[in-house]
Amino acid sequence: MFNFVLKRLAIVIPTMLVLIVISFILMHSAPGGPFTSERELPPEILANVEAKYGLDQPLISQIVVYVKNVVFHFDFGPSFTYKDRSVNEIIAQGFPITLIYGSISFLVAVLVGVSLGVAAAIRHNSWLDYLAVGISIGAQVLPNFVMAPILVLVFTLWLGWLPGGGWEYNNPSYIIMPVIALSTSFMASIARITRSSMLEVLNANHIRTARAKGLPTRHIILHHALKPALLPVISYLGPAFVSMITGSVVIDMYFSTGGIGLFFVNAALNRDYSVMMGITILIGLLTIFFNLLVDIIYAWIDPKIRY
Amino acid sequence: MKFNQLLPFALSASLAMPVIAAGTSPDGEPLAEDQTFTYRLLDDIKSFDPQINTDVEGSRIMRDLFEGLMNEDATGELIPGAATGYTVSDDKLTYTFSLRDAKWSNGDPVTANDFVFAWRRLVDPALASEYAWYMELMGVKNASAVVKGDAPLEDLGVRAIDDKTFEVTIDNALPYFASMTVHASVFPVNAAVIEKHGKDWTKPGNLVGNGAYVLTEYRSGEKVVRERNPLYWNNDKTIIDEAVALVINDENQALTRYLAGELDKTAIPAGQYPRLKEEYPDQAYSFPQSCSYIYWFNMTDKGPEALKDVRVRKALSYAINREVITDRILQGGQYQSYNFTHQKTAGFELNEPDYATWSQSERDAKAVELLKEAGYGPENPLKLTLNYNTDEAHKKIAIGVSQFWKKTLGVEIELANTEWKIHTTNLQNGDYEIGRYAWCGDYNEASTYLDLLTSYSGHNVAGFNNAEYDKLMADSKTMEDPNPNYTAAETMLAENMPFAPVYQYTKVVMLSPQLRNYPVDNLMQNVYTRDLYISAK
Repeated sequence: MFNFVLKRLAIVIPTMLVLIVISFILMHSAPGGPFTSERELPPEILANVEAKYGLDQPLISQIVVYVKNVVFHFDFGPSFTYKDRSVNEIIAQGFPITLIYGSISFLVAVLVGVSLGVAAAIRHNSWLDYLAVGISIGAQVLPNFVMAPILVLVFTLWLGWLPGGGWEYNNPSYIIMPVIALSTSFMASIARITRSSMLEVLNANHIRTARAKGLPTRHIILHHALKPALLPVISYLGPAFVSMITGSVVIDMYFSTGGIGLFFVNAALNRDYSVMMGITILIGLLTIFFNLLVDIIYAWIDPKIRY
Repeated sequence: MKFNQLLPFALSASLAMPVIAAGTSPDGEPLAEDQTFTYRLLDDIKSFDPQINTDVEGSRIMRDLFEGLMNEDATGELIPGAATGYTVSDDKLTYTFSLRDAKWSNGDPVTANDFVFAWRRLVDPALASEYAWYMELMGVKNASAVVKGDAPLEDLGVRAIDDKTFEVTIDNALPYFASMTVHASVFPVNAAVIEKHGKDWTKPGNLVGNGAYVLTEYRSGEKVVRERNPLYWNNDKTIIDEAVALVINDENQALTRYLAGELDKTAIPAGQYPRLKEEYPDQAYSFPQSCSYIYWFNMTDKGPEALKDVRVRKALSYAINREVITDRILQGGQYQSYNFTHQKTAGFELNEPDYATWSQSERDAKAVELLKEAGYGPENPLKLTLNYNTDEAHKKIAIGVSQFWKKTLGVEIELANTEWKIHTTNLQNGDYEIGRYAWCGDYNEASTYLDLLTSYSGHNVAGFNNAEYDKLMADSKTMEDPNPNYTAAETMLAENMPFAPVYQYTKVVMLSPQLRNYPVDNLMQNVYTRDLYISAK
């Protein structure tokens, strides 16, 4: 196991390098640049601006300088769009917000999703099953960009219970709607995966044996069925968690949370190379880390898996 | 002889009323307890540095944090700002501004040297401002040479005669030069503060300005808060205590939050104005905004052969039913456009081109005739591509126009939608046939539009090249009344049709019924928070 983890960590560096180089090249090959606007800059001004940001250098030396700054100084450079700020500042400000609402949404999605899935599987083909399946399908087909405006309409305009957007670290009322909007579709997927996997496990031989031994159902579910049933759920949770904590453009857009999701999309549209690279690297690292974590949890849950 | 423009200002100052009684507005209206003005921002602010800022919303905040030489009043008329007034030399090339006694928000006096520093900073190749061209546009002596790095900063035509006198020398007489000092990129900055904090100088707490407000809170992607600056020279007359800009990307979401009472001002999404006007007649507004929406025709070598024929260009322009676009698609009181300059531009006398006075069926008939003359018809159908950038309204207009062209003229239009940066790059490289575009005036004068079509303009992507037009525009710079030249230029555009005018903008917004003094008559949308107030009811 230890060797496995070491090996996985060792390939992080080449993986990240490939990610950086490919992203860098893709980004620069997109038409237009950070300073393309409807007012085309006179050549002398464009030259000054490009010199300031090092864009006048050949691409290869730009990549080298960039990697050097990131590795040795942990400096992701200045934003090309938000000119008063550096990428480090933008991530430092936005990522904690995204991390908070993402983690809470994740917990909600897992707790509700797994409970719903398990309940549906145990009471297979009962009204509870139909209800759970109905809820999860409904939640899945209702995209969050539709749900977000509806939430604000209901809770802000009609009921006046919650603020329509913004972010305060010490005021939970700002987080409720983002969490509902973000967790719903994940919750639905988790419920469906849990349900089908639970149904499969409940028909397995070891469960039949347990029932034959006369164990109480509650004990069978918690101790014998849940663990194997969660394996497919866990493989889904790794990437799901990363996508939740690295921000949702829809949540940031509709609830003005100030998270990094909107920055990421705007960076792509604005050709803000440095912000785009910074967030890409962050997402890349988190994805690698959580995939590793999922593999470790796998081995822990399923003794059949050996590394 | 120098003619003095200080007199009217001096008069109005002496007639000004004493400080307003607490709790009532200048009109005697009772004031609300809470003087906070909250409005929606589309996107995060890109910079709080006046010489770095490039966008309209940023400028709006700059006008609160800083103050330029001259300001605009609610109708867009020029009024004194950091300067009490100015004199112009006989050759009209030297402007001398007298500065008032004012302080920076840290207590330092505002001096002419602060302006010298800021104006040099704008063209400094080391700062590399994207708006350096603005100083070239103002024609300040040696601006271009400094930008190119061919002359030192000190050669820029600005100097401080003494602490309170700032002098600018320009290359050519420019009748509207003083009104250009209203622009945020020529606002003063405090050299000592920039020196001390370096690139962090614009952070709340560090930023020092000479405006009516100071930056107290900034949370990116979320909000910008400014609070009253007690050291501002006219603080006694300022009523709003706090201005809050909330970043709300989605305009429908912003509207919901406005209706929930979270905002005092927000934009009305396209097509919703009639409904809101009916439901909230005292809150839904549509007023002119200095922007003009056009479809460029690519007349360059890279463009299609057909568009080199003026008859084809005219036919296409005539066949656009602009009434449908303004009244059915946009529905926000926009103006049908048959020329380029926004018709509400100060001092601009719109001389409508002939085709503007015809009925649409007359225009259509003429269009069919012209296209036939040009050799296109059922046997030889004309096929063109219409490029636009991703946006609901652009899409609706493009679909509408392509239908007019198909039905009236039998022209086959392929719609090509790309995201903004790609669209802009294609236009600038000439890789398009017909391209959507909009130009917003930099200052309230017709040349901000008409200069675009000169052969030497970097924005003239149609490739319209007409020596006579260039001369008209060059001559207009030194004329006492340049209007005849502007009219002639517009006529020339209608005759050559390098683009099809589509519509001229209005600003369509919801304004809180308690909000007073919002400058609905200011074409440039130059809003100064200090002029507003919130009434008690």
